Amino acid sequence: MRAEQNILKNLDWATIIIWFVMVMAGWLTIYAACYDYEHTRIFDMSMRYGQQLVWIAVASVFAILLIAIDTKFYGSIAIPLYVLMIGLLILTIFVAPEVKGSHSWIQIGGFRFQPAELAKYATALCLAKYMSSYGYNIKNSKNFLVTALIIGLPMLIIIAQQETGSALVFAVFILVLFREGLDGDFLIYGALAILFFVLVIKFNNIPLPPDAPIVEHYGYMIVFIIAVLTGIFLIFHYTGDIPMFNVYAITNASIWVLGIILKLIKADLLSYTLISEVSFAASALLFFIYAIIRRSRVHLRVILFFILTAGLCFAADYAFNNVLQPHQQIRIKVVMGLEDDPQGAGYNVRQAQIAIGSGGLTGKGFLNGTQTKLNYVPEQDTDFIFCTIGEETGFLGTTFIVLLYVVFISRLVYLAERQRTPFSRIYGYSVASIFFFHFCINIGMVIGLLPVIGIPLPFFSYGGSSMIAFTILLFTFIKLDTRHTETMAT
Amino acid sequence: MRYVSHVHKEDYSRRQSVFIIIVVCVAIIYLIRLFHLQVVDPSYKDSADSNAFLKQTIYPSRGLIYDRNGKLIVSNQPVYDIMIVMREIKGFDTLQFCNMLDITKDDFNDRIEVIKDRRKNPGYSSYTPQVFISNLSTFDYAKVQEKLFRFPGVFIQQKVMREYQIEHAALALGYIGEVSQAQIDMDSYYKRGDYKGQSGIEKKYEELLRGEKGYEILLRDVHGNIKGHYLDGELDLLPVSGKDLTVSLDIDLQTYGEELMNGKMGSIVAIEPQTGEILALISAPTYNPSLLVGRDRSKHYGELLNDPHKPLFDRPMMAMYPPGSTFKTVQALVMQNQGIINENTAYPCSRGYAYGGRHKLGCHAHSSPLTLPQSIQHSCNAYYCWALKALLDVNAKKYGSTGNAYDAWFNDVCSFGFNSKLGVDCTNEKSGSIPSRKFYDRYYGADRWHSSTIISISIGQGEILCTPIQIANLAATIANKGWYYIPHLLKGVKGGKIDDQYLEKHVTNIEPQYFDVVHQGMLGAVQQGTAYGGRIDSIQFCGKTGTAQNPHGKDHSIFMAFAPKEDPKIAIAVYVENAGFGATWAVPIASLMIEKYLKGFIPQNRKWIEDRILNGRLISDD
Repeated sequence: MRAEQNILKNLDWATIIIWFVMVMAGWLTIYAACYDYEHTRIFDMSMRYGQQLVWIAVASVFAILLIAIDTKFYGSIAIPLYVLMIGLLILTIFVAPEVKGSHSWIQIGGFRFQPAELAKYATALCLAKYMSSYGYNIKNSKNFLVTALIIGLPMLIIIAQQETGSALVFAVFILVLFREGLDGDFLIYGALAILFFVLVIKFNNIPLPPDAPIVEHYGYMIVFIIAVLTGIFLIFHYTGDIPMFNVYAITNASIWVLGIILKLIKADLLSYTLISEVSFAASALLFFIYAIIRRSRVHLRVILFFILTAGLCFAADYAFNNVLQPHQQIRIKVVMGLEDDPQGAGYNVRQAQIAIGSGGLTGKGFLNGTQTKLNYVPEQDTDFIFCTIGEETGFLGTTFIVLLYVVFISRLVYLAERQRTPFSRIYGYSVASIFFFHFCINIGMVIGLLPVIGIPLPFFSYGGSSMIAFTILLFTFIKLDTRHTETMAT
Repeated sequence: MRYVSHVHKEDYSRRQSVFIIIVVCVAIIYLIRLFHLQVVDPSYKDSADSNAFLKQTIYPSRGLIYDRNGKLIVSNQPVYDIMIVMREIKGFDTLQFCNMLDITKDDFNDRIEVIKDRRKNPGYSSYTPQVFISNLSTFDYAKVQEKLFRFPGVFIQQKVMREYQIEHAALALGYIGEVSQAQIDMDSYYKRGDYKGQSGIEKKYEELLRGEKGYEILLRDVHGNIKGHYLDGELDLLPVSGKDLTVSLDIDLQTYGEELMNGKMGSIVAIEPQTGEILALISAPTYNPSLLVGRDRSKHYGELLNDPHKPLFDRPMMAMYPPGSTFKTVQALVMQNQGIINENTAYPCSRGYAYGGRHKLGCHAHSSPLTLPQSIQHSCNAYYCWALKALLDVNAKKYGSTGNAYDAWFNDVCSFGFNSKLGVDCTNEKSGSIPSRKFYDRYYGADRWHSSTIISISIGQGEILCTPIQIANLAATIANKGWYYIPHLLKGVKGGKIDDQYLEKHVTNIEPQYFDVVHQGMLGAVQQGTAYGGRIDSIQFCGKTGTAQNPHGKDHSIFMAFAPKEDPKIAIAVYVENAGFGATWAVPIASLMIEKYLKGFIPQNRKWIEDRILNGRLISDD
């Protein structure tokens, strides 16, 4: 009895209340999104809001069970669960029927279930388990490679299921690694890699003016210039080597001046792209020379950066045109404003923005949304559920939801930080990161800032798999958190 | 202590703030974006409305029109427009669609081209319904209706068009037509594709007849299916039907008059003197008002417009002719009023009036000298020349100058409603003209003109121009002995009233006692004078013939009359163009009209006259 009371007292009720608010708000939104004139009863099991109520109930049972289980259990099942999950993911590829082009749903009887949802949970546990093991150091390359493998394996299998959106979620574990000591440069390089990808796709696809004297690849040019400028930053960041900076600056300036003079003499002699390529190559060479002169490994890291940048640039074009599927290419182009196709790929995005935009400051009122109710917005109760919120509750409502997520994620970070064990902390950060990624990608997609990536908004989107998976993910952490007051000695 | 090994590790807990900063940055970017989407940029709201709301206009039924005896003359019939929403017509079988509507593929493409052309169709939007074909009859609609479901983005809008129970009174009733861009710009009530009265009663009383449009706001889902009324129809507006009008026309008389005028050019205007109500308003040649309804409207309109006899020209209101001898009645009244002559004043006539030494204004053979009533009865030209000379030359000193004398005459003449629009409720009335003193001063020089200079105005020729409605009003004014109501077509409005200006008596400058002698002269004209051919045994009536000189061809025949002499019920003016002397055509036509109106039939002994008129053709058929 005492232990029982202790658990209840130690539960972080703030988080549970936020969870409850989200689930209820989500259910009301699904109700609103599915509401029509023929079905007005709240507990109509033929409608999705009726079914969602069942999922909420099931998820709550899971929550209670998870709280009842001993904390040690989670550590012990982490690796078996992960292995099981990897097997299940691979199995899924072969047994799952094709649903909208992907093989990610397992059908057992009347139930459909997406193992990818479970994969996040299993990976988070496994990651926490491995990274909290004795002597683990992320800076150790063996440890780092195993960590990368734990994250990368399910990711690759899910990509093989043609469920790219779910696979991308795993990229967010880089935030967990960062918290656990991953060199901050990786974060910057990661951000630069995304930036370079976007720049290459966007600017290489700009049509040239008809009177252009020579073919230009503005994407490459911009990326190489940024890379060379980043080189300056890296010189100061890693070495503070002023003499090297002088040489670096003079070399690049000379290349540009010479290039432009040549271009003035004869416009079609060389392209700006070529000048930037020469400047880029010269910069890389300089770092190589200085690595030898100064006998420094830091310079090698910069050279790696240059090589990866060049590789990324040339691979981006290729990958975009040859690896990505046409519908993915179009989704990306739509967000970049390269393609305007209100009937086709841009339709969802356009309609989503119309629905949200028409909500105004205060919204049209609960159940009064017209865009969502009349099916203008596709997937209005799943991936695009945020539209219904935007339309019916307006800017006030969307602001509330965004802030609710910020508070929720911040609370998780706060809880993670107060954990006594690295296992709980790493797991807590994983949970916070996963929720952050879903929040970031889902809303970003709905409001047209990111390409359409079909992942749900946790606790809002309709669906049993995601509701249960997210609840398990969260309540496992809430349970782990009940131990934060206990002494380390126990 | 299991965890000691971790303690000496680097502490990265400060990195939690990096995590939080990333989260907050994303949230801020999203809130800015949301603020822009939801609060700043209104275009999303508009798109949403055009997506989801289908604001469908409900057209009110246009007011009906009855004649003075309560006969329905204009009513409504439903017609159907085929509307298309361009962005929804994807993927349907164009060929099948064309077959259904009995048009060719080229017609279809042309029509789509026009719809999309923003110059021809400035209100174009691919989201809103555009008229593809307008004015399908109920019969055509029935053929189309059952197949319509096959074509997404195509639907029917019902409208109401005019239906005419009669084939007459086209110009008086006017027609309704699609509003022009200029009309839309002027009055925001109208939207593209709306109809409004474009002439006649339909135009003049548009605001009474049209009612108020209503609308219903329907919810439309992504497939274009109607999902019911928005807010259960709370915001819908029911249309208000137009008001029914009773016009003063006696449609039987109108019909009869048009039949009499068949094959001739000219006008008949009949007025009820006591009220100013127009009993018949005939312009010949005319057309069947039903021609300007429905799908072939523009084709018919074009044909009417190009007809050399100008059936669209509203002769009673717009044709200005010299009034000829009918104007002698005005002269007789004004000259008496000015004290120049009295009923016993006699002037000689020797086949005309010689003036200015070498000139002579001719007259026909009759006894001489004549008194005032006799001058009207025989339509003596010389009499009025003498009278004008007496006014302008002999009595000039009394007024101070010839000019002043002319002014006195001018004011009296204008008090009959000449030289200005009467204010008839017809949209295209013309004012006619009586030359002013200024006009002659400018033309001849101040005080350098005399009676002989302007002698032709004494007999209603020269610079004087009057419309048939003005002459009919003259007849009514004489019948009333000096006053008139502005002639008007509107007799009553259901649930409303007619304009006050038509209830206001206009009194001329002429003293009532001067009219008896004119009545006497006009009675004489009918019974034994110039209008003898129009005599009706059982009805004593007064009339005056006239001939409007026509420099382009044969003169126009004019006759004005009122009947019966005592307590007149009808005043009438008949113009027959290129028919020569007034008595030949205009007199019998007026006489038949009077008899038809007062008795309701033409007795057997006068049928031969009727037959002659009905079969008389003064214009060629080509």
